[in-house]
Amino acid sequence: MKKTYKIDVDCANCANKMETAAKKTEGVKDAAVNFMLLKMTVEFEEGADPAEVMGRVLKNCKRVESDCEIFLK
Amino acid sequence: MNRKQKKNLIRIILASVLMIGFIFVPVDGVWKLLLFLIPYFIVGYDILIKAGKGIIHFQPFDECFLMTLATVGAMIVGLMGDGDFVEAVAVMLFYQIGEWFQSYAVGKSRKNITELMDIRPDHANIEKDGELVETDPDEVEVGTVIVVKPGEKIPIDGVIVEGESAVNTGALTGESLPKDVMTGDEVISGCVNLSGVLRIRTTKEFGESTVSKILELVENASSRKSRSENFISKFARIYTPVVVIAAVVLAVLPPLIFMMTGGDPRWTVWIYRALTFLVISCPCALVISIPLSFFAGIGGASRAGVLVKGSNCIEALSKTKTVVFDKTGTLTKGVFEVTAVHPEKADENTLLHLAAHVERYSTHPIAASLRAAYPDEADGCEISDVKEISGQGITALVNGSAAAVGSEKLMMSVGSEVTQCPHDHTGTVIHVASDGVYLGHIEISDVIKDGAEEAVRSLKASGIKKTVMLTGDSKRVASSVAVKLGIDEVYSELLPQDKVEKLEALIEARKPSELVAFAGDGINDAPVITRADVGIAMGALGSDAAIEAADVVLMDDDPRKITRAVGIAQKCMAIVKQNIWFSLGVKLLCLVLGALGFANMWTAIFADVGVMVLCVLNAIRALFVSRL
Repeated sequence: MKKTYKIDVDCANCANKMETAAKKTEGVKDAAVNFMLLKMTVEFEEGADPAEVMGRVLKNCKRVESDCEIFLK
Repeated sequence: MNRKQKKNLIRIILASVLMIGFIFVPVDGVWKLLLFLIPYFIVGYDILIKAGKGIIHFQPFDECFLMTLATVGAMIVGLMGDGDFVEAVAVMLFYQIGEWFQSYAVGKSRKNITELMDIRPDHANIEKDGELVETDPDEVEVGTVIVVKPGEKIPIDGVIVEGESAVNTGALTGESLPKDVMTGDEVISGCVNLSGVLRIRTTKEFGESTVSKILELVENASSRKSRSENFISKFARIYTPVVVIAAVVLAVLPPLIFMMTGGDPRWTVWIYRALTFLVISCPCALVISIPLSFFAGIGGASRAGVLVKGSNCIEALSKTKTVVFDKTGTLTKGVFEVTAVHPEKADENTLLHLAAHVERYSTHPIAASLRAAYPDEADGCEISDVKEISGQGITALVNGSAAAVGSEKLMMSVGSEVTQCPHDHTGTVIHVASDGVYLGHIEISDVIKDGAEEAVRSLKASGIKKTVMLTGDSKRVASSVAVKLGIDEVYSELLPQDKVEKLEALIEARKPSELVAFAGDGINDAPVITRADVGIAMGALGSDAAIEAADVVLMDDDPRKITRAVGIAQKCMAIVKQNIWFSLGVKLLCLVLGALGFANMWTAIFADVGVMVLCVLNAIRALFVSRL
């Protein structure tokens, strides 16, 4: 399953860091951050609960880039 | 400017004023340091906080941490040595100016590009009890009748059930000439209705409509990353650590060597030089400008009616040296037209008149083109006894005389002798006889598209080395078209699978750096398009298979768009290369000058921020493709 979230981040390098952090998160199969459109696309592992996984993704992203934001709908 | 940017701008201005003012305050030592700490904190407090968080989260090479280290280091050096604190504050200030500019420029170009691509309709009007209700296009079911007022975008693909108007397809095709539509015509979403009210019965859901497909394609384009982008993200990952380690070595090693050789270690000098290194350690200019260039290039291309599926396609297209065309539908119209009339015993008009009459009831494509050549066919003439002889032609009684229209074989069977024509015909020849007397013949052929010749010529001018044409058509027709267009190589009488084979042979024979592109109409050629290094689908509006298979989708079927696509890709890649070399070059130069003591922190921060600004401005150039 794939979902797209709106994000807010200041610099391109920070966006790359978020992408790496999201990819490493448990329950995430693949993730891509589009800095130009300020969007994050997350592909979840089979059977993973998106809401729960996104909580972890946000936490991991905050760890590498403290003023980033992911808008969870 | 958003709120954050405004706030940061105020901080920058305030800190600059304070910093310049404090230069003239006559205090020294610790007092001076405390004074300068005021603007330092004003402009840099968030950096300091982020640096602290970075350390807690084990992100030692965070750029905020490095900036903090560099400026705090500069202050300590100032305290121990020359008492200069302006530099530390200035470095922080310039860093923030750079960040501010980056945020502003990127925000601005993001807005520009997304506005360019803004073909997403906001609502669909549905008539309910005589009143128009604005509805979310997503909620409109297939088969609903929607109303599109003049000036509105058509939200969903469909068929016009009432009304006529002109629509502007500019947002989709880059074509500025409006297209006239009337009841019964199919219309695609994303076009702007110009003059009259249209009632449209939707044939697709919003998510399946052209406009959604295109948006999806363009928005996902940047996730297909080019090799340059991958290179940059790898480079960024190792660049910062390497520079930081180099800084540590620079701070420690030379003084130790001087100490051991009995010289003056001059610790502050070397530490200062090392701090200069840290200022240059952020790879920002590269990391921001490369994706921005591609994004702008893809945005600009989509504005011109060229959809590029990813940054990797831009890269591949720019390296294309061989362009292979399909003939029918790509270089030629794929529609038969009368191209020559050679009468023997009657005039041209009589010949066309007779032919059109005999073919009145036939559904064969040739019949349609004969009728099209004589527009006033429905006159008072009497036609009866129409006999269609399969593979040969048609005979009929026209005003009482026995007319025959068809092949040479048919002429023989009605007892009229065909005069061999001195002209060289490359199309299909239709003979006409009346009461057994041979009247003459008409040539029908597939017509070359307007601009096809220009397309081939301009491709050559833009650095394409070889053009090739593949076709299932006969050798005679193929070579005639190729000669007219100036195509280098022709392969004719090919079955679809032969086309794939030929293309594979071409790919096999090429150099790794010189790619092969294939342009076809996208419906029959999907396998060939998939196989090519760069697959270009033409006139692909509404054809999902083509959009799926191709790397580059041309919204209309103008062959000149191929040249345009190549031009856009080449410009975009040129900008990417300029940015890579320029920013790497300047950084490297500053590192060397810094190590040797020729560049101070001022130079370093100027190099960092200045290069970034220039690269961002350069990247935005990729958006402007109108003159390509």
